[in-house]
Amino acid sequence: MSDNSLRLVWVYPDLLSTYGDQGNALVVERRARQRGLDVHRVDVRSDQPIPTSGDIYLIGGGEDRPQRLAAERLLRDGGLERAVSNGAIVFSVCAGYQILGKAFVNDVGQRQEGLGLLDVETVRGEGDRCVGDVLADIDPRLGLPQLTGFENHQGITHLGPTARPFARTVMGRGNGTGDGTEGAYNDTVFGTYMHGPVMARNPLIADLLLKLALDVNALPPVDDRWYEALRAERIATATQPA
Amino acid sequence: MAGNTEPLSPRAKLAVTAGKAAAAVSRAAGRGSGSVIGGKVALRLDPDLLGALAQHLDVVLVSATNGKTTTTRLIAEALRASGPVVSNALGANMPAGITSALAGGSDAKYGVIEVDEKYLAGVARDVTPKVIALLNLSRDQLDRAAETRMLAEKWREGLQGSKAVIVANCDDPLIVWSASSSQNVVWVAAGQEWKDDAWSCPSCGGVMQRPGDDWFCGECGFRRPAPSWVLSGDHVLDPHGSAWPIHLQLPGRANKANAATSAAVAAVFGVPPQVALERMYQVQAVAGRYDVVNFQGRDLRLLLAKNPAGWLETFSLIDPPPTPVILSVNARGADGTDTSWLWDVDYPRLAGHPIFVIGDRKLDLAVRLEVAGLDFRVCETLDEAVQLAPPGQIELIANYTAFQDVRRRVGN
Repeated sequence: MSDNSLRLVWVYPDLLSTYGDQGNALVVERRARQRGLDVHRVDVRSDQPIPTSGDIYLIGGGEDRPQRLAAERLLRDGGLERAVSNGAIVFSVCAGYQILGKAFVNDVGQRQEGLGLLDVETVRGEGDRCVGDVLADIDPRLGLPQLTGFENHQGITHLGPTARPFARTVMGRGNGTGDGTEGAYNDTVFGTYMHGPVMARNPLIADLLLKLALDVNALPPVDDRWYEALRAERIATATQPA
Repeated sequence: MAGNTEPLSPRAKLAVTAGKAAAAVSRAAGRGSGSVIGGKVALRLDPDLLGALAQHLDVVLVSATNGKTTTTRLIAEALRASGPVVSNALGANMPAGITSALAGGSDAKYGVIEVDEKYLAGVARDVTPKVIALLNLSRDQLDRAAETRMLAEKWREGLQGSKAVIVANCDDPLIVWSASSSQNVVWVAAGQEWKDDAWSCPSCGGVMQRPGDDWFCGECGFRRPAPSWVLSGDHVLDPHGSAWPIHLQLPGRANKANAATSAAVAAVFGVPPQVALERMYQVQAVAGRYDVVNFQGRDLRLLLAKNPAGWLETFSLIDPPPTPVILSVNARGADGTDTSWLWDVDYPRLAGHPIFVIGDRKLDLAVRLEVAGLDFRVCETLDEAVQLAPPGQIELIANYTAFQDVRRRVGN
């Protein structure tokens, strides 16, 4: 992070941009600009090197085969791991989240090595696909309000000792392990199953990433009227008795 | 080869009669046209009924993510030049609805049938089509449908060995992949604005290169085939190089593409492009889509857009600012319950239009538009939105059930 500029990297939109997660980049970019930051957004295709000097990296969800290809290309490239060791912040969703872990089961049913940036491992669930609205309480250490989102995945993600659960589900499946955990994080790397996209329904997550990148404790307020209205509606719908 | 030369078996006849009775009961109970329930009853009594009903017809199947209802209608109009047509014109496009539609057309020569993407391979096996038209494939209702890429793979496997002539859009790499197992393909350069589901090669996973209108995989050699029919502006070029003007009452580039494909299909049956295109000109609205209705002193044009590719094509046909635009989005079962796709829609293209937002999921849309930096008004009802808009024409764009809601309100 240098002076007033923010380098925002959207990783592999050609492979991992299937479920509207591009919205996360749009929300982070918008909220950064509203705070007067000069945002440089870089969309990196999977035949291009990952820049190592970004401040925030976003990775989205994708279909099973593109996920395998993305993991192979990211591992070969090595740029994302270098960026993280430089202190970059990474926020990942669904297939992207699984790739950041130690391993996942790919489209041809094989265990495939991930980047190991999060201490998690994903296996393929035997039961029904996890699909639907989710409500969860985010780890209080992060100081964020309830998490609302939409999940759509077959994977079940087990957390290792150095990964903290990002949230605890009130409704929905989250990591799918049956213990109520949703997503995972460590110092600067985050993973979640939430689409929606997650930043549209939880704009304070975008602000958290900005605060981490800027190394500040607070940001000037912005007009959150429509985000708040959407959140209230989704949370009310999720908690309504069926 | 067409016409009812062989009668249906007694079982099939009974099934048709029972299906019609169930449809009549459903209609009487006020539950719509009854075509789906009728088809379900009939198929339960005779599971082979669909094949039996199609046996006497020259069948055309039409499938795609977008444009299948309209294209089915255009092909039906074109083929009427050569004989009676039966068609599932109202968009009931799963086996029950198709069975019901065919049961109502015992004198027809042609069956022109829209098929839901998931059912294409199965229906193609049951009805032995002469022609299958494949228009485009893109992300749609991912919370309940198969992944787009998987769908292309299923089509490819399902169409392998089919004797049908495949009329396919060579500008959509997923369509080219789907048709690549077939022997007899007529390629139509019909265009495709939306490109974001085909950046990785369906064959090898390599990154697709897309200079201008061309595309190819940089790694395996999978590439855009040479078309024999080409949509070029307001004309379609036939395989002999003759250019035929496309005059449609239906608006937009996508409908010109649908017309070009329909002309290529009609040509397979010997209907010349000029005759086919003139007949397509008669089509003014399709199941309410593109209809202009007068409502509370304004002219509302009703446009259906269900997914990012559909919204993109729709934005390109609406009147320029300051024409007001009303957007309506629901997320009920038939729409898909996940609204994340709104973020793949290029809403900044609406800059300059007065925008009014309605529908069950108006707040999702409000956040989307606020992040796009657009001015908009959120309204509780269609009536409120219409009253806030200045007099004159209004473009109304809605997704599936939202569109049905609007039609009901305006009495369309």
